[in-house]
Amino acid sequence: MAEFNAYITKARIDGDDDGPLAGKTVAVKDNISTEGVETTCGSKMLEGYVPPYDATVVERLKAAGATINGKANMDEFGMGTTTETSHFGATLNPADTDRVPGGSSGGSAAAVAAGEADLALGSDTGGSVRAPAAFCGVVGIKPTYGLVSRYGLVAYANSLEQIGPIAPTVEEAAGLLDVIAGSDPRDATTVEAGDDSNYAAAADGDVEGMTIGVPEELLDGADEGVVETFWDAIEDLEAQGAEYVEVSMPSVEKAVAAYYVIAMSEASSNLARFDGTRYGLNAVEAGDYDDLSEAGNWNEAFATAREEGFGPEVKRRILLGTFALSAGYHDRYYGKAQDARAWIKQDFDESLQAADVLASPTMPVPPFELGEGLEDPRTMYLADANTVPVNLADLPAISVPAGEADGLPVGLQFIGPKYGEETIVRAASALE
Amino acid sequence: MSDGDEPAVTGEEVRNVADLARVDLNDEEVETFAEQFEAVLADFETLDEVPEIESEPDLVNVMRADEVEAGLTQEEALSNASETEDGYFKGPRVS
Repeated sequence: MAEFNAYITKARIDGDDDGPLAGKTVAVKDNISTEGVETTCGSKMLEGYVPPYDATVVERLKAAGATINGKANMDEFGMGTTTETSHFGATLNPADTDRVPGGSSGGSAAAVAAGEADLALGSDTGGSVRAPAAFCGVVGIKPTYGLVSRYGLVAYANSLEQIGPIAPTVEEAAGLLDVIAGSDPRDATTVEAGDDSNYAAAADGDVEGMTIGVPEELLDGADEGVVETFWDAIEDLEAQGAEYVEVSMPSVEKAVAAYYVIAMSEASSNLARFDGTRYGLNAVEAGDYDDLSEAGNWNEAFATAREEGFGPEVKRRILLGTFALSAGYHDRYYGKAQDARAWIKQDFDESLQAADVLASPTMPVPPFELGEGLEDPRTMYLADANTVPVNLADLPAISVPAGEADGLPVGLQFIGPKYGEETIVRAASALE
Repeated sequence: MSDGDEPAVTGEEVRNVADLARVDLNDEEVETFAEQFEAVLADFETLDEVPEIESEPDLVNVMRADEVEAGLTQEEALSNASETEDGYFKGPRVS
Protein backbone atom coordinates (compact mmCIF):
# COMPACT_ATOMS: atom_id res chain seq x y z
CA MET A 1 0.00 0.00 0.00
CA ALA A 2 1.40 3.36 -1.02
CA GLU A 3 1.74 6.03 1.65
CA PHE A 4 -1.80 7.42 1.52
CA ASN A 5 -3.56 4.65 -0.47
CA ALA A 6 -4.79 7.34 -2.89
CA TYR A 7 -4.93 4.96 -5.86
CA ILE A 8 -6.74 1.69 -6.43
CA THR A 9 -4.85 1.08 -9.68
CA LYS A 10 -1.60 2.70 -10.74
CA ALA A 11 -1.40 2.96 -14.52
CA ARG A 12 0.06 5.12 -17.22
CA ILE A 13 -2.27 6.24 -19.97
CA ASP A 14 -0.50 8.63 -22.31
CA GLY A 15 -2.34 11.45 -23.98
CA ASP A 16 -1.53 13.37 -27.15
CA ASP A 17 1.86 15.07 -27.43
CA ASP A 18 0.48 18.60 -27.36
CA GLY A 19 -2.31 20.37 -25.57
CA PRO A 20 -3.06 22.50 -22.55
CA LEU A 21 -2.37 19.58 -20.19
CA ALA A 22 0.85 18.32 -21.87
CA GLY A 23 3.31 17.23 -19.20
CA LYS A 24 0.61 17.09 -16.52
CA THR A 25 -0.35 13.95 -14.59
CA VAL A 26 -4.02 13.44 -13.73
CA ALA A 27 -5.53 10.97 -11.26
CA VAL A 28 -8.97 9.80 -12.40
CA LYS A 29 -11.59 8.66 -9.90
CA ASP A 30 -12.24 4.95 -10.22
CA ASN A 31 -15.89 5.34 -11.23
CA ILE A 32 -14.86 6.98 -14.53
CA SER A 33 -14.37 4.46 -17.34
CA THR A 34 -10.89 4.03 -18.80
CA GLU A 35 -10.54 1.74 -21.81
CA GLY A 36 -8.36 -1.24 -20.96
CA VAL A 37 -7.70 -0.11 -17.37
CA GLU A 38 -9.58 -1.67 -14.44
CA THR A 39 -12.44 0.48 -13.11
CA THR A 40 -13.80 -0.80 -9.80
CA CYS A 41 -15.88 2.02 -8.27
CA GLY A 42 -14.17 1.03 -5.03
CA SER A 43 -16.32 -2.10 -4.94
CA LYS A 44 -15.68 -5.83 -4.75
CA MET A 45 -18.59 -6.06 -7.21
CA LEU A 46 -16.44 -4.58 -10.00
CA GLU A 47 -13.02 -5.90 -8.99
CA GLY A 48 -11.40 -6.96 -12.26
CA TYR A 49 -13.88 -5.08 -14.48
CA VAL A 50 -12.08 -3.60 -17.50
CA PRO A 51 -14.16 -1.11 -19.51
CA PRO A 52 -14.06 -1.58 -23.27
CA TYR A 53 -14.43 2.18 -23.83
CA ASP A 54 -13.33 5.56 -22.46
CA ALA A 55 -15.57 8.06 -20.70
CA THR A 56 -15.92 11.32 -22.65
CA VAL A 57 -13.89 13.19 -20.01
CA VAL A 58 -11.05 10.65 -20.40
CA GLU A 59 -11.04 11.18 -24.18
CA ARG A 60 -10.86 14.92 -23.54
CA LEU A 61 -7.98 14.55 -21.06
CA LYS A 62 -6.01 12.52 -23.60
CA ALA A 63 -6.73 15.00 -26.40
CA ALA A 64 -5.49 17.79 -24.10
CA GLY A 65 -2.15 16.00 -23.69
CA ALA A 66 -2.61 14.79 -20.10
CA THR A 67 -1.02 11.63 -18.73
CA ILE A 68 -3.43 9.67 -16.54
CA ASN A 69 -1.32 8.10 -13.81
CA GLY A 70 -3.91 5.93 -12.11
CA LYS A 71 -7.41 5.33 -10.84
CA ALA A 72 -8.12 7.09 -7.57
CA ASN A 73 -9.59 5.46 -4.48
CA MET A 74 -13.16 6.34 -3.53
CA ASP A 75 -16.05 5.41 -1.29
CA GLU A 76 -17.79 2.38 -2.77
CA PHE A 77 -19.89 3.61 -5.74
CA GLY A 78 -19.45 7.17 -4.40
CA MET A 79 -21.46 6.41 -1.28
CA GLY A 80 -19.68 8.02 1.64
CA THR A 81 -18.05 11.18 2.96
CA THR A 82 -14.75 9.67 4.13
CA THR A 83 -13.38 7.21 1.48
CA GLU A 84 -13.53 4.57 4.22
CA THR A 85 -16.26 2.51 2.51
CA SER A 86 -13.84 1.56 -0.29
CA HIS A 87 -13.38 -2.20 -0.66
CA PHE A 88 -9.68 -1.42 -1.21
CA GLY A 89 -9.07 0.20 2.18
CA ALA A 90 -9.28 3.77 3.44
CA THR A 91 -7.30 6.64 1.94
CA LEU A 92 -5.35 8.71 4.47
CA ASN A 93 -5.42 12.51 4.56
CA PRO A 94 -1.96 13.83 3.58
CA ALA A 95 -2.55 16.82 5.92
CA ASP A 96 -2.92 14.44 8.90
CA THR A 97 -2.71 10.69 8.38
CA ASP A 98 -4.90 9.95 11.43
CA ARG A 99 -7.75 11.68 9.60
CA VAL A 100 -9.95 10.87 6.63
CA PRO A 101 -9.46 12.77 3.36
CA GLY A 102 -13.19 13.32 2.95
CA GLY A 103 -15.16 11.63 0.22
CA SER A 104 -16.26 10.18 -1.85
CA SER A 105 -13.44 11.41 -4.18
CA GLY A 106 -10.90 11.09 -1.34
CA GLY A 107 -8.24 9.40 -3.45
CA SER A 108 -8.40 12.17 -6.06
CA ALA A 109 -7.98 14.95 -3.47
CA ALA A 110 -5.28 13.09 -1.52
CA ALA A 111 -3.29 12.41 -4.71
CA VAL A 112 -3.26 16.12 -5.52
CA ALA A 113 -2.56 17.22 -1.92
CA ALA A 114 0.35 14.77 -1.67
CA GLY A 115 1.78 15.74 -5.05
CA GLU A 116 1.24 12.23 -6.43
CA ALA A 117 -0.72 13.81 -9.31
CA ASP A 118 -0.72 17.37 -10.65
CA LEU A 119 -4.50 17.33 -11.09
CA ALA A 120 -7.42 14.98 -10.56
CA LEU A 121 -10.98 14.25 -11.59
CA GLY A 122 -13.63 13.39 -9.04
CA SER A 123 -17.40 13.16 -9.22
CA ASP A 124 -19.81 15.14 -7.05
CA THR A 125 -23.29 13.76 -6.31
CA GLY A 126 -23.79 15.50 -2.96
CA GLY A 127 -20.40 17.08 -2.25
CA SER A 128 -18.00 14.31 -3.25
CA VAL A 129 -15.55 16.69 -4.97
CA ARG A 130 -15.89 19.61 -2.54
CA ALA A 131 -15.74 17.64 0.75
CA PRO A 132 -12.38 15.97 0.03
CA ALA A 133 -10.99 19.18 -1.48
CA ALA A 134 -11.87 20.98 1.78
CA PHE A 135 -10.47 18.24 4.04
CA CYS A 136 -7.22 17.89 2.07
CA GLY A 137 -6.61 21.62 1.55
CA VAL A 138 -6.97 21.72 -2.25
CA VAL A 139 -9.44 23.24 -4.73
CA GLY A 140 -12.47 21.35 -6.10
CA ILE A 141 -15.26 22.42 -8.45
CA LYS A 142 -18.76 20.95 -8.82
CA PRO A 143 -19.91 22.25 -12.23
CA THR A 144 -23.44 23.31 -13.13
CA TYR A 145 -25.54 20.25 -13.96
CA GLY A 146 -25.10 19.48 -17.67
CA LEU A 147 -21.81 21.33 -18.14
CA VAL A 148 -19.71 18.13 -18.17
CA SER A 149 -20.59 14.87 -19.91
CA ARG A 150 -21.43 11.91 -17.67
CA TYR A 151 -20.90 9.40 -20.50
CA GLY A 152 -18.73 6.65 -19.02
CA LEU A 153 -19.30 7.72 -15.41
CA VAL A 154 -20.74 4.74 -13.55
CA ALA A 155 -24.07 6.13 -12.37
CA TYR A 156 -25.03 6.54 -8.71
CA ALA A 157 -27.70 9.31 -8.86
CA ASN A 158 -27.95 10.71 -12.40
CA SER A 159 -30.08 13.76 -11.65
CA LEU A 160 -27.56 15.09 -9.13
CA GLU A 161 -24.05 14.21 -10.24
CA GLN A 162 -21.34 15.92 -12.23
CA ILE A 163 -17.69 15.09 -12.83
CA GLY A 164 -15.48 17.88 -11.46
CA PRO A 165 -11.81 18.94 -11.28
CA ILE A 166 -9.50 18.94 -8.24
CA ALA A 167 -6.23 20.93 -8.29
CA PRO A 168 -3.76 22.77 -6.06
CA THR A 169 -4.91 26.19 -7.29
CA VAL A 170 -8.14 27.79 -8.49
CA GLU A 171 -6.64 28.61 -11.90
CA GLU A 172 -5.53 25.01 -12.47
CA ALA A 173 -8.91 23.62 -11.37
CA ALA A 174 -10.65 26.06 -13.74
CA GLY A 175 -8.24 25.11 -16.53
CA LEU A 176 -9.05 21.43 -16.06
CA LEU A 177 -12.76 22.29 -16.15
CA ASP A 178 -12.13 24.09 -19.47
CA VAL A 179 -10.76 20.80 -20.84
CA ILE A 180 -13.64 18.55 -19.73
CA ALA A 181 -16.63 20.94 -20.09
CA GLY A 182 -18.78 21.03 -23.19
CA SER A 183 -21.67 19.34 -24.91
CA ASP A 184 -21.54 15.67 -25.83
CA PRO A 185 -23.95 13.88 -28.15
CA ARG A 186 -23.57 10.78 -25.94
CA ASP A 187 -25.04 12.56 -22.88
CA ALA A 188 -28.35 14.23 -23.72
CA THR A 189 -28.29 16.22 -20.47
CA THR A 190 -25.22 18.21 -21.55
CA VAL A 191 -25.52 21.86 -22.58
CA GLU A 192 -23.55 24.15 -24.87
CA ALA A 193 -22.71 26.66 -22.12
CA GLY A 194 -19.31 25.07 -21.53
CA ASP A 195 -18.23 24.85 -25.20
CA ASP A 196 -15.14 27.04 -25.83
CA SER A 197 -15.04 28.14 -22.19
CA ASN A 198 -12.15 30.01 -20.60
CA TYR A 199 -12.85 29.69 -16.89
CA ALA A 200 -9.12 29.80 -16.07
CA ALA A 201 -8.99 33.44 -17.24
CA ALA A 202 -11.55 34.34 -14.56
CA ALA A 203 -9.06 33.46 -11.79
CA ASP A 204 -7.95 37.09 -11.60
CA GLY A 205 -8.77 37.71 -7.92
CA ASP A 206 -10.82 40.80 -8.75
CA VAL A 207 -13.72 40.91 -6.28
CA GLU A 208 -14.08 44.71 -6.25
CA GLY A 209 -17.83 45.42 -6.05
CA MET A 210 -18.81 41.74 -5.81
CA THR A 211 -21.70 40.99 -3.45
CA ILE A 212 -21.26 37.88 -1.33
CA GLY A 213 -24.35 36.45 0.34
CA VAL A 214 -24.01 34.30 3.45
CA PRO A 215 -26.98 32.03 4.21
CA GLU A 216 -27.16 32.01 7.99
CA GLU A 217 -28.63 28.50 7.97
CA LEU A 218 -25.37 27.09 6.59
CA LEU A 219 -23.44 28.31 9.64
CA ASP A 220 -25.89 26.85 12.16
CA GLY A 221 -24.31 24.09 14.17
CA ALA A 222 -20.93 24.34 12.46
CA ASP A 223 -17.71 23.77 14.38
CA GLU A 224 -16.44 26.92 16.14
CA GLY A 225 -12.97 26.86 14.62
CA VAL A 226 -14.43 26.35 11.14
CA VAL A 227 -16.81 29.30 11.59
CA GLU A 228 -13.98 31.53 12.81
CA THR A 229 -11.82 30.67 9.80
CA PHE A 230 -14.81 31.30 7.54
CA TRP A 231 -15.43 34.82 8.88
CA ASP A 232 -11.72 35.67 8.64
CA ALA A 233 -11.92 34.80 4.94
CA ILE A 234 -15.04 36.92 4.44
CA GLU A 235 -13.27 39.86 6.11
CA ASP A 236 -10.33 39.33 3.78
CA LEU A 237 -12.71 39.55 0.79
CA GLU A 238 -14.32 42.71 2.20
CA ALA A 239 -10.87 44.26 2.51
CA GLN A 240 -10.45 43.53 -1.21
CA GLY A 241 -13.60 45.46 -2.08
CA ALA A 242 -16.30 42.82 -1.87
CA GLU A 243 -19.53 43.48 -0.04
CA TYR A 244 -21.08 40.99 2.37
CA VAL A 245 -24.85 40.55 2.83
CA GLU A 246 -26.86 38.14 4.96
CA VAL A 247 -29.39 35.99 3.16
CA SER A 248 -31.92 33.54 4.51
CA MET A 249 -32.70 30.14 3.00
CA PRO A 250 -35.13 28.26 5.26
CA SER A 251 -35.45 25.43 2.72
CA VAL A 252 -31.88 24.16 3.21
CA GLU A 253 -32.86 22.62 6.53
CA LYS A 254 -34.69 19.97 4.52
CA ALA A 255 -31.85 19.48 2.03
CA VAL A 256 -30.14 16.50 3.66
CA ALA A 257 -33.37 14.52 3.97
CA ALA A 258 -34.43 15.40 0.41
CA TYR A 259 -30.98 14.61 -0.95
CA TYR A 260 -30.80 11.19 0.66
CA VAL A 261 -34.31 10.21 -0.46
CA ILE A 262 -33.56 11.20 -4.07
CA ALA A 263 -29.98 9.85 -4.18
CA MET A 264 -30.90 6.53 -2.56
CA SER A 265 -33.95 6.12 -4.80
CA GLU A 266 -31.90 6.71 -7.93
CA ALA A 267 -29.17 4.41 -6.57
CA SER A 268 -31.60 1.55 -5.97
CA SER A 269 -32.56 1.72 -9.63
CA ASN A 270 -29.07 2.36 -11.07
CA LEU A 271 -27.39 -0.40 -9.10
CA ALA A 272 -29.98 -2.96 -10.18
CA ARG A 273 -27.71 -3.59 -13.19
CA PHE A 274 -25.11 -5.31 -11.01
CA ASP A 275 -26.31 -8.90 -11.09
CA GLY A 276 -23.07 -10.59 -12.13
CA THR A 277 -24.27 -11.63 -15.57
CA ARG A 278 -22.71 -9.14 -18.02
CA TYR A 279 -19.93 -7.93 -15.72
CA GLY A 280 -19.06 -7.92 -12.06
CA LEU A 281 -18.98 -10.55 -9.36
CA ASN A 282 -20.87 -13.63 -10.47
CA ALA A 283 -23.03 -15.91 -8.29
CA VAL A 284 -20.61 -18.80 -8.94
CA GLU A 285 -17.69 -16.83 -7.45
CA ALA A 286 -19.85 -15.21 -4.75
CA GLY A 287 -21.44 -18.44 -3.55
CA ASP A 288 -18.38 -20.64 -4.15
CA TYR A 289 -20.34 -22.95 -6.47
CA ASP A 290 -18.79 -25.28 -9.04
CA ASP A 291 -21.28 -24.30 -11.71
CA LEU A 292 -23.96 -21.67 -12.38
CA SER A 293 -26.62 -24.40 -12.31
CA GLU A 294 -25.99 -24.79 -8.57
CA ALA A 295 -26.65 -21.09 -7.83
CA GLY A 296 -30.43 -21.44 -7.88
CA ASN A 297 -32.89 -19.44 -9.98
CA TRP A 298 -32.03 -15.96 -11.16
CA ASN A 299 -33.51 -14.14 -8.15
CA GLU A 300 -31.48 -16.35 -5.83
CA ALA A 301 -28.31 -16.12 -7.91
CA PHE A 302 -28.52 -12.31 -8.24
CA ALA A 303 -29.17 -11.92 -4.49
CA THR A 304 -26.14 -14.11 -3.74
CA ALA A 305 -23.86 -12.02 -6.00
CA ARG A 306 -25.18 -8.76 -4.58
CA GLU A 307 -24.86 -9.92 -0.95
CA GLU A 308 -21.19 -10.71 -1.53
CA GLY A 309 -20.33 -7.89 -3.96
CA PHE A 310 -21.76 -4.85 -2.15
CA GLY A 311 -20.48 -3.41 1.14
CA PRO A 312 -22.72 -2.27 4.03
CA GLU A 313 -23.16 1.38 2.98
CA VAL A 314 -24.17 0.41 -0.57
CA LYS A 315 -26.67 -2.15 0.72
CA ARG A 316 -28.05 0.41 3.15
CA ARG A 317 -28.66 2.94 0.37
CA ILE A 318 -30.11 0.43 -2.08
CA LEU A 319 -32.53 -0.84 0.57
CA LEU A 320 -33.59 2.60 1.78
CA GLY A 321 -34.05 3.72 -1.84
CA THR A 322 -36.10 0.64 -2.65
CA PHE A 323 -38.22 1.40 0.40
CA ALA A 324 -38.70 5.09 -0.51
CA LEU A 325 -39.94 4.08 -3.97
CA SER A 326 -42.16 1.22 -2.83
CA ALA A 327 -45.94 1.28 -3.07
CA GLY A 328 -47.50 3.32 -0.28
CA TYR A 329 -44.34 5.29 0.48
CA HIS A 330 -43.54 6.85 -2.91
CA ASP A 331 -45.63 10.01 -2.39
CA ARG A 332 -44.68 10.36 1.25
CA TYR A 333 -40.91 10.22 0.69
CA TYR A 334 -39.94 10.56 -2.98
CA GLY A 335 -42.76 12.95 -3.90
CA LYS A 336 -42.07 15.15 -0.87
CA ALA A 337 -38.33 15.16 -1.62
CA GLN A 338 -39.07 16.50 -5.11
CA ASP A 339 -41.15 19.29 -3.52
CA ALA A 340 -38.21 20.10 -1.23
CA ARG A 341 -35.91 20.18 -4.25
CA ALA A 342 -38.15 22.76 -5.96
CA TRP A 343 -38.28 24.80 -2.74
CA ILE A 344 -34.49 24.80 -2.44
CA LYS A 345 -34.11 25.89 -6.08
CA GLN A 346 -36.52 28.76 -5.42
CA ASP A 347 -34.57 29.87 -2.35
CA PHE A 348 -31.31 29.85 -4.32
CA ASP A 349 -32.91 31.86 -7.14
CA GLU A 350 -33.99 34.53 -4.66
CA SER A 351 -30.68 34.60 -2.78
CA LEU A 352 -28.70 34.86 -6.00
CA GLN A 353 -30.72 37.91 -6.97
CA ALA A 354 -29.56 39.62 -3.76
CA ALA A 355 -25.92 38.52 -4.19
CA ASP A 356 -23.47 37.61 -6.98
CA VAL A 357 -22.28 34.53 -5.12
CA LEU A 358 -23.15 32.74 -1.88
CA ALA A 359 -20.52 31.61 0.61
CA SER A 360 -20.45 29.00 3.40
CA PRO A 361 -17.99 26.66 5.04
CA THR A 362 -17.70 23.69 2.64
CA MET A 363 -17.87 21.26 5.55
CA PRO A 364 -19.37 22.18 8.91
CA VAL A 365 -16.66 20.17 10.68
CA PRO A 366 -12.90 19.55 10.44
CA PRO A 367 -11.72 16.23 8.94
CA PHE A 368 -13.00 13.24 10.94
CA GLU A 369 -10.60 10.87 12.62
CA LEU A 370 -10.33 7.54 10.80
CA GLY A 371 -13.13 5.22 11.93
CA GLU A 372 -15.02 7.99 13.73
CA GLY A 373 -18.22 7.87 11.73
CA LEU A 374 -18.47 4.40 10.26
CA GLU A 375 -20.73 3.09 13.02
CA ASP A 376 -23.32 5.82 12.70
CA PRO A 377 -24.33 6.49 9.09
CA ARG A 378 -26.78 9.24 10.04
CA THR A 379 -24.04 11.45 11.53
CA MET A 380 -22.11 11.11 8.29
CA TYR A 381 -25.17 12.08 6.25
CA LEU A 382 -25.57 15.27 8.29
CA ALA A 383 -21.97 16.31 7.49
CA ASP A 384 -23.16 16.87 3.90
CA ALA A 385 -25.53 19.66 5.01
CA ASN A 386 -23.72 22.48 3.17
CA THR A 387 -22.87 20.63 -0.05
CA VAL A 388 -26.08 18.75 -0.94
CA PRO A 389 -28.29 21.84 -1.49
CA VAL A 390 -26.08 22.77 -4.47
CA ASN A 391 -26.66 19.42 -6.21
CA LEU A 392 -30.41 19.61 -5.58
CA ALA A 393 -30.44 23.05 -7.24
CA ASP A 394 -28.16 22.00 -10.18
CA LEU A 395 -25.82 24.93 -9.40
CA PRO A 396 -22.02 25.34 -9.67
CA ALA A 397 -19.86 25.54 -6.53
CA ILE A 398 -16.18 25.61 -5.67
CA SER A 399 -14.32 24.72 -2.49
CA VAL A 400 -11.15 26.72 -1.87
CA PRO A 401 -8.75 26.52 1.10
CA ALA A 402 -9.62 29.29 3.58
CA GLY A 403 -7.02 28.56 6.23
CA GLU A 404 -6.79 26.14 9.13
CA ALA A 405 -8.61 25.37 12.34
CA ASP A 406 -6.62 23.47 14.98
CA GLY A 407 -3.97 22.81 12.34
CA LEU A 408 -6.43 21.15 9.94
CA PRO A 409 -7.55 22.48 6.53
CA VAL A 410 -10.82 24.41 6.28
CA GLY A 411 -12.56 24.86 2.94
CA LEU A 412 -14.78 27.75 1.92
CA GLN A 413 -17.54 27.11 -0.59
CA PHE A 414 -18.73 29.65 -3.13
CA ILE A 415 -22.02 28.90 -4.89
CA GLY A 416 -22.91 30.67 -8.15
CA PRO A 417 -25.93 30.98 -10.40
CA LYS A 418 -26.48 28.43 -13.18
CA TYR A 419 -23.47 28.56 -15.59
CA GLY A 420 -21.87 31.13 -13.24
CA GLU A 421 -18.55 29.22 -13.16
CA GLU A 422 -16.56 32.39 -13.93
CA THR A 423 -17.99 34.20 -10.90
CA ILE A 424 -17.18 31.43 -8.42
CA VAL A 425 -13.69 31.00 -9.92
CA ARG A 426 -13.08 34.76 -9.59
CA ALA A 427 -14.31 34.86 -5.97
CA ALA A 428 -12.26 31.80 -4.97
CA SER A 429 -9.08 33.12 -6.59
CA ALA A 430 -9.28 36.19 -4.33
CA LEU A 431 -8.62 33.95 -1.32
CA GLU A 432 -5.33 32.55 -2.64
CA MET B 1 -42.65 1.30 9.17
CA SER B 2 -46.13 1.81 10.54
CA ASP B 3 -48.24 4.83 9.67
CA GLY B 4 -47.33 6.52 12.97
CA ASP B 5 -45.03 9.53 13.20
CA GLU B 6 -42.14 7.47 14.52
CA PRO B 7 -41.40 4.73 12.03
CA ALA B 8 -40.57 1.54 13.89
CA VAL B 9 -38.70 -0.79 11.60
CA THR B 10 -38.94 -4.55 12.06
CA GLY B 11 -36.53 -7.17 10.82
CA GLU B 12 -39.29 -8.61 8.68
CA GLU B 13 -39.69 -5.29 6.88
CA VAL B 14 -35.95 -5.06 6.23
CA ARG B 15 -36.02 -8.59 4.79
CA ASN B 16 -38.97 -7.70 2.61
CA VAL B 17 -37.20 -4.67 1.11
CA ALA B 18 -33.98 -6.67 0.69
CA ASP B 19 -35.99 -9.28 -1.17
CA LEU B 20 -37.41 -6.63 -3.51
CA ALA B 21 -33.88 -5.31 -4.08
CA ARG B 22 -32.44 -8.82 -4.63
CA VAL B 23 -29.86 -8.53 -1.86
CA ASP B 24 -29.40 -11.41 0.58
CA LEU B 25 -28.74 -10.32 4.15
CA ASN B 26 -27.52 -12.27 7.16
CA ASP B 27 -29.27 -11.99 10.55
CA GLU B 28 -26.73 -9.53 11.92
CA GLU B 29 -27.18 -7.20 8.94
CA VAL B 30 -30.96 -7.33 9.32
CA GLU B 31 -30.74 -6.34 12.96
CA THR B 32 -28.28 -3.49 12.36
CA PHE B 33 -30.20 -2.12 9.38
CA ALA B 34 -33.53 -2.18 11.26
CA GLU B 35 -32.00 -0.04 13.97
CA GLN B 36 -30.27 2.38 11.58
CA PHE B 37 -33.26 2.71 9.24
CA GLU B 38 -35.43 3.90 12.07
CA ALA B 39 -33.24 7.00 12.59
CA VAL B 40 -32.89 7.71 8.86
CA LEU B 41 -36.61 7.28 8.16
CA ALA B 42 -37.39 9.64 11.04
CA ASP B 43 -35.31 12.25 9.14
CA PHE B 44 -37.21 11.46 5.93
CA GLU B 45 -40.49 12.02 7.79
CA THR B 46 -39.55 15.68 8.40
CA LEU B 47 -40.10 16.28 4.67
CA ASP B 48 -43.76 16.32 5.56
CA GLU B 49 -43.26 19.95 6.67
CA VAL B 50 -42.16 21.06 3.17
CA PRO B 51 -44.60 23.59 1.68
CA GLU B 52 -46.20 23.06 -1.73
CA ILE B 53 -44.17 24.90 -4.36
CA GLU B 54 -45.42 26.08 -7.72
CA SER B 55 -42.51 25.24 -9.98
CA GLU B 56 -42.19 24.99 -13.71
CA PRO B 57 -39.08 22.95 -14.42
CA ASP B 58 -37.33 24.10 -17.60
CA LEU B 59 -37.40 20.66 -19.15
CA VAL B 60 -37.23 20.08 -22.88
CA ASN B 61 -37.24 16.88 -24.86
CA VAL B 62 -33.89 16.25 -26.52
CA MET B 63 -34.37 14.50 -29.85
CA ARG B 64 -31.87 13.22 -32.37
CA ALA B 65 -31.96 11.25 -35.57
CA ASP B 66 -31.59 7.51 -35.11
CA GLU B 67 -28.32 7.01 -36.91
CA VAL B 68 -26.55 3.67 -37.08
CA GLU B 69 -23.06 3.85 -35.59
CA ALA B 70 -20.42 1.30 -34.72
CA GLY B 71 -20.77 0.10 -31.12
CA LEU B 72 -18.96 -2.51 -29.09
CA THR B 73 -18.07 -5.72 -30.88
CA GLN B 74 -19.65 -8.91 -29.55
CA GLU B 75 -16.26 -9.91 -28.17
CA GLU B 76 -15.88 -6.59 -26.33
CA ALA B 77 -19.39 -6.78 -24.94
CA LEU B 78 -18.73 -10.26 -23.56
CA SER B 79 -15.22 -9.50 -22.31
CA ASN B 80 -16.28 -8.89 -18.68
CA ALA B 81 -18.80 -11.71 -18.35
CA SER B 82 -17.62 -14.69 -16.34
CA GLU B 83 -20.24 -17.02 -17.84
CA THR B 84 -20.76 -17.08 -21.62
CA GLU B 85 -21.85 -19.67 -24.15
CA ASP B 86 -21.66 -19.56 -27.96
CA GLY B 87 -21.19 -15.78 -27.98
CA TYR B 88 -24.02 -15.07 -25.54
CA PHE B 89 -24.20 -14.07 -21.88
CA LYS B 90 -25.15 -17.02 -19.73
CA GLY B 91 -27.52 -16.30 -16.86
CA PRO B 92 -28.96 -18.40 -14.08
CA ARG B 93 -32.12 -20.41 -14.76
CA VAL B 94 -35.34 -18.41 -14.64
CA SER B 95 -37.22 -20.51 -12.11
